[in-house]
Amino acid sequence: MTTDVHQLDDGAWISVNDSREVNVSDLWLLARSDFCGCETTDFLAEGFVKVGVDYPDIQARIAGQCIACGESGVTDWLTVGRVVDPNSGEFYGVDHESVHFPEKRTRLAHPEK
Amino acid sequence: MPSKVEKWKDEVYGNEIREHLMEFAEKGWDAIPEDEHDAWFERFKWWGLYHQRSGQESYFMMRIGTPNGVIKPGQLEVIGEIAKEYATGPVDNPEFGEAYCDWTTRQSIQLHWIKLEDIPEIFEKLEAVGLGTQQACGDSWRNIVGCPVAGKDKHEHVDAWPVAEDLHETFKGNDDYSNLPRKWKVAIAGCDEGCGQGDINDLAFEPAEKDGELGFNVRIGGGLSRKEPRLARDIDVWVPPEQAADVAHGMSSLFRDYGDREDRFNARIKFLMDEWGPEKMRSVLQEEYVDFELPTAGEDMRDQYSYNTGSQDGHNDHVGIHEQKDGNYYIGLNVLVGRMGADDVLELAELADEYGSGEVRLTQRQNIIVTDVPEENLDEFTSEPLLENYSPDPSPFMRGSIACTGTEYCSLSIVETKNRQVRYARWLKDNVELPEDHKDFHIHLSGCTASCAQPQIADVSLRGMKTRKDGEPVEALDIGLGGGLGDDPRFADWVEMRVPADEVPGAIKNLVNNFEDAREGGETFRDFVEDRDEETLAEMVEPEETDYHDPYMHNTKMTWYPYAEDDDMQSSPAPTDGSGEPLPSDD
Repeated sequence: MTTDVHQLDDGAWISVNDSREVNVSDLWLLARSDFCGCETTDFLAEGFVKVGVDYPDIQARIAGQCIACGESGVTDWLTVGRVVDPNSGEFYGVDHESVHFPEKRTRLAHPEK
Repeated sequence: MPSKVEKWKDEVYGNEIREHLMEFAEKGWDAIPEDEHDAWFERFKWWGLYHQRSGQESYFMMRIGTPNGVIKPGQLEVIGEIAKEYATGPVDNPEFGEAYCDWTTRQSIQLHWIKLEDIPEIFEKLEAVGLGTQQACGDSWRNIVGCPVAGKDKHEHVDAWPVAEDLHETFKGNDDYSNLPRKWKVAIAGCDEGCGQGDINDLAFEPAEKDGELGFNVRIGGGLSRKEPRLARDIDVWVPPEQAADVAHGMSSLFRDYGDREDRFNARIKFLMDEWGPEKMRSVLQEEYVDFELPTAGEDMRDQYSYNTGSQDGHNDHVGIHEQKDGNYYIGLNVLVGRMGADDVLELAELADEYGSGEVRLTQRQNIIVTDVPEENLDEFTSEPLLENYSPDPSPFMRGSIACTGTEYCSLSIVETKNRQVRYARWLKDNVELPEDHKDFHIHLSGCTASCAQPQIADVSLRGMKTRKDGEPVEALDIGLGGGLGDDPRFADWVEMRVPADEVPGAIKNLVNNFEDAREGGETFRDFVEDRDEETLAEMVEPEETDYHDPYMHNTKMTWYPYAEDDDMQSSPAPTDGSGEPLPSDD
């Protein structure tokens, strides 16, 4: 089964296989990111701009801002969860409060807007 | 490549959704195939149904579109009855009880906790009195807004109500315009007050005179969402009332054909206006979409606009007692944050019938107007106990408050809004004195950048944010100042960011005091802000803890319902069946 991923309601949440899985308004800790000058970006997710699958990862670029310095913008690709078994389609979300490493990517398996 | 939403719309959209909706309603929530949830919820919006946020699955917000905010005699009672019977959730709201109606900033009505299984009955009751939910949401002509006292107002030059009604009849359910790239918001007004708020709509008709004839100038491309606020731009077109529908046809067809269907974030016509500019917009409209020569713009009345101008003169809102042109009166009642308990709605319906014609109207400031009250009924009507809570003469802080839906129900919001704004308004009323010459002071609270509470056009703009306080994440607000409409409309300057929500009332108190101390002569608040730089203004906003208590500082979005005793997401009863009983989980 193909993993079906999209953002909906003006980027309010990410749907994975027709289930609401990741919401805006959470804080994400980003490290080794050039999003802002902070050592660790305390990032408020305000909207999901792009989503995609890089098996087994479900990834997103998120609009928001660092609540420490106020820098706002869109992150590089962040892994927001995984679908390890595409047949079951079960989604395992990452803990947004742990530290994440956004990555620049040139490849996107299933680009979505 | 067209977006996924466009693919769903290509399969089923518009009027035909209703048949499927009714079939699902008859069979129950479980009948919607799980792998089609997203597609159907996107489509249901076209019929005014918005699936509530995470933790509230199977419940819907229902929006009823009332063009120009006009609720005809007999309709308010039905709205109140529907709210009381169907809009009750598993847990009461601590400020508003178990059932209530929201009057929105687009002169519509929102009900919450609607169950799929109840929709056929609700539709039947609404349609029996000429109300409906069609195109209240979704990618189509939305509820038409305008001067809420069109046809009654002494300041009116053109009666825009029949024009609004004609646009509503022409474009609702019309297959040619049922699938637009995105929402399409239209405003029309014929008064010289500017209360149509055309500047923030996709298509605006504003009163103007051309060669001695009264009609409308046309503006295009306004809107507030996504940190990309735009004022509608003059495309140098005048239209007589009888041809407004032709120009509306042309503009919405142009949007249908040229709007961006690949990127929903770029789909609104304001972005096409960015790309084309007003001259090209006009020429494409002329060459491809209308078969008569468009007259150039007439002489507008914008220099007389007083609505939401901060001028402290004229007609900043519709609250209060005002004489109509027929000698009767309309009474604008303040509804704090636009939310009114269902029992109160029913009582007001009775009073409107007893003292007026039975008609009421909704304003773009979330208030309600009782129209057609004869002078001899005024004293008795305004002495009714209900008007103690919905006053025609409220404190400026109650009168000026607007709030969006917030995390109570909305997926996009970052913070709790309505109950918080109620608490803010009460605290400010008790603790802050505005300068004596300031009777109007608008504070708009929007939970996110979608800007449903129109924060950018308020004296004090509040927008949902997060910050850390003592290391812990808390709900916070960005504070902007000095926005408003009028001849010289202006968006707020965001001067103080990420203020913990419990320090905002203190910040407003300090701001008002600093304004009073530093203002020169009779300077209005809006002029005061305009004449000072952001740094100076930021220093005047001094966030401070006070005796204001905010019970919603935690992450309300992480709860299934912020006011439930056990608000943990895992404790949600949703999804439920048609009688509200929890359905078994797959887990």
